[in-house]
Parts: sequence; C-alpha cells; structure tokens
Amino acid sequence: MIELTTPISEQDIRRLHVGDQVGITGIIYTGRDAVHKYLHEGGRLPEGVNFKGGVLYHCGPVMIKDERGAWKCVAAGPTTSIREEPYQWQVIRDYGLAGVIGKGGMGERTLEACRQYGCVYLHGIGGAAQVLAECVKQVRNVYLLEKFGAPEAIWELEVEKFPVVVTMDSHGGSLHREVFNSSQIELSKRL
Amino acid sequence: MKFLQESLLELVRRTSAELPDDVHRAILASLEREKKETIAENALKIIERNIQLAQSKSQPICQDTGTVVFYVDCPIGFDQAGFEQAAREAVLTATKRGFLRQNSVNSITGKNDGTNLGPGAPVMHFHQHHSPETHVRLMLKGGGCENVGAQYSLPNEKLKADRDLQGCRRVILDAVLQAQGKGCSPGVLGVCIGGDRATGYEHSKQQLLRTLDDRNPIPELDKLEQEIVATANEMGIGPMGFGGRTTLLGAKIGALNRVPASFFVSISYMCWAYRRQGVALNTTGGIDKWLY
Repeated sequence: MIELTTPISEQDIRRLHVGDQVGITGIIYTGRDAVHKYLHEGGRLPEGVNFKGGVLYHCGPVMIKDERGAWKCVAAGPTTSIREEPYQWQVIRDYGLAGVIGKGGMGERTLEACRQYGCVYLHGIGGAAQVLAECVKQVRNVYLLEKFGAPEAIWELEVEKFPVVVTMDSHGGSLHREVFNSSQIELSKRL
Repeated sequence: MKFLQESLLELVRRTSAELPDDVHRAILASLEREKKETIAENALKIIERNIQLAQSKSQPICQDTGTVVFYVDCPIGFDQAGFEQAAREAVLTATKRGFLRQNSVNSITGKNDGTNLGPGAPVMHFHQHHSPETHVRLMLKGGGCENVGAQYSLPNEKLKADRDLQGCRRVILDAVLQAQGKGCSPGVLGVCIGGDRATGYEHSKQQLLRTLDDRNPIPELDKLEQEIVATANEMGIGPMGFGGRTTLLGAKIGALNRVPASFFVSISYMCWAYRRQGVALNTTGGIDKWLY
C-alpha cells in the first residue's frame, strides 16, 4: 500500500500506475452530479474549498447531526463516476485536482486530462460504506448544502488511510479499458 | 395492526444494515475462490469487512439506500391504505435515524426535502392471496446498479439475437459486458423474458426476491440461469470490474407472455449489497418470523 497525504504533488501522482493500492490521508471533498454540472455551467467553488493538489470524491454520504449539532458520517462509499464524464476533464484542468475517487471508472476525456494535467482516477470499493466511513475521522465542513441537499453537497472530510486502487493513471493506462477489452474477447469465444 | 409501523421500521433497519444469509454465503464463497493477493481479492475482503461492520453498528451497508420497494402479499380484506400510511411513517423515521439516506429528489425542481416521501416514493406492490398470512418483503435497490439495467427488443441484429432462448442468452450476456463493474459487481441478475416494457422490468425485479440457492422450476430457464452465471464468470470482469473470477453471484430468470409483435428481455442488475429482507406479520402487525 502506497500512502499519500493531501495536498499531493504532481511528482507523486506521476509515480502511480494502474493496479497500485493507495491509502489517502488528509482532506478530501465530496462532489457528484449537481456539483459537476454547477461548475461546468460556470458556478464558482465556495470560499474555503481548494481543489489544488486535492482529491475529489464522487460520494453522496449519509450524514446525521449528533446531539451537539456536529455532523457525523454514517455511511460514505463511492458513487458511479461515469456520469461525470462530460464535466470531469474540465474540473481537473481548471482546479488542479490530483485525484478523483469514485467507482466504475471513467472515459477517454478524463483519461486524457489525467495524462495532460497530472491526475489519477482512484477506485474505491463500491458499497463499502461502513469501512470507508470509518476512515473519515472528522466532517470539517459542508458547502452548498441548502442548494443541493445532503447527498449532493460538498462535504469536507478529514480521512485517514482511505483505501483506493489506481485504475486510471497519468500515463494513459486504464484498467477499465483493459478489462472491457479482455472480457469482450472472452465473451465472443463463448457465443 | 397496532405494531405495524414499528415492525416496518425494524424491517427497514435490518434490510439496510444486514445482508440476507444466502447472499452473504455467496460472497464468502467468491472470496474463497478469488485469486490470492490480487486487487480483486482485496476488494472482496473489504466487502466482507463492510458486511460485518454494518451489521454490528446497525448502519447502512451502502450509503445509497436506494429505491425503497415494498412487496406485500396479503389476505383478502387487508387494509391497504392503512399499510401505506404506516410504511410512509416508517420510512420517514428510518430516514431521521440514518437507516436510509435522504434519497428522494423532486425530478422537476431537483429539490430533496429529506423525507424520502413523494410521488413514487416509497414504491408499494400489493398482491392478495387466499391465505390469512401477511408477508412483507422489502428491497432497497441502489441507483448505481439500477442504472446498468437494460431492456432489449428482439430480434437484435447487432448482437445476432433472434427470438429464442439463444437470443435471450446473447442479450443477457451483453448486459453483463456493458455493465462491467459499474453496478458494483459481483452482482445478481433478475431477468424477465417477455411481457411489455413496464411489466418486463417489474417482473425482472421480482426475480430478485428469490433466494440465490433456489432452482428455477422451469427446466429451460434453470439451465439458462446456470449457464449465464458460468459464462459471466469466465468473462473475467470480477469484483468492481478489477478483473477476477466472480462477476455474477447469481441469475434469476422469469417469463411472461408477450404479444406476437413484441419480444422484450428486461434485465435488472442487483449489486453485491443486495438488500432484501422480509417478514411474516401476525394479526397485530407484529413480526412473526423473518423470511430470508
């Protein structure tokens, strides 16, 4: 397991390759469908949110307020990333993301942005909401909660050793493309 | 039925936090089978740890607590409106307690009022039978796996799928190929051959109420179910689409009559976080026994 702490340098990102298992420590921000559409349409990131060298997490967590009024992360696994394919390249380019965590992988435009700007796609374990929520040490803040609702808001999370796998690297490698091609060949032999 | 609401709340809690035994066993078997020291094996280990953790903490297995779908088998004269009201109250309370995510969005305004109640939420299906028993089954169907569901109209020239069981096999396996790991594999297919566009999908979902270890009473479909699972696993998509030995934990196939002009094959994909539980209720609405 390779351990990385945010903010992550481009040099560290360029060292990663498809198949590497990584543990992320530091600050990550959630952002999914509504946030991507908002940024794509020219919306500004709220003050206090900094994506530079940062990690964006495709996630709509379950959050509840405890008795003292503090947010508690009850469940926080990744959501399907491919829905952000029309927007992701632009967010990587404009905000200097070092990593995107999600599930299911992304397409060619995102892969090209990873190569060009030095970013990686990090695959979380879909459905593993409890294991991943345990890695969230603190919910530091929330942005755009009123506008988008809890699952779609930007949550600022402090995480420790958040486990992910590099499935798209900054050298043009994509495990998703490889597995799609090999599974298609295996299927065609059996039709 | 004074205990009905309480029972339904417990049904929601348990469905969200505990996988049914048959599904858990299938996941453990796939972990056993996976090639050691691979990212696929590690994914399954995390999945297994997650199942344990969710159950012990009584918290959602997956943060996407999905579409809430109730299936009710009830005696003649059953108070359906009363049940609907109790189910809505149970869903609202379950949401406040964090068993369900605030997961229901107004499709026109994009607003999420945080209640999980609204048009089509929760979904309820009622079926009357000539028995005094009331059975309530609940499925929490996540959005990621729902999105990779597919409906094919046969013949499909591109896939060389004709209007026969071989054609059905081709389109079902195409759905597995297209889904890759995006539906949170290893998954389970619910399939309906025939019906119309609406009943086909509905029946495909109802197949997911069957247990993984049951066998289809129709020999042709039983054979197709076994064959689909074997071939899908040979495709090597694996857990999360990382490559690996288990792509599907099961396939359940049903059939409805069709009109001569139509031949649909409808496929619902269920993620490994296969949340379904069920209860038999007594006359006061209390839980008599668990069905899975």
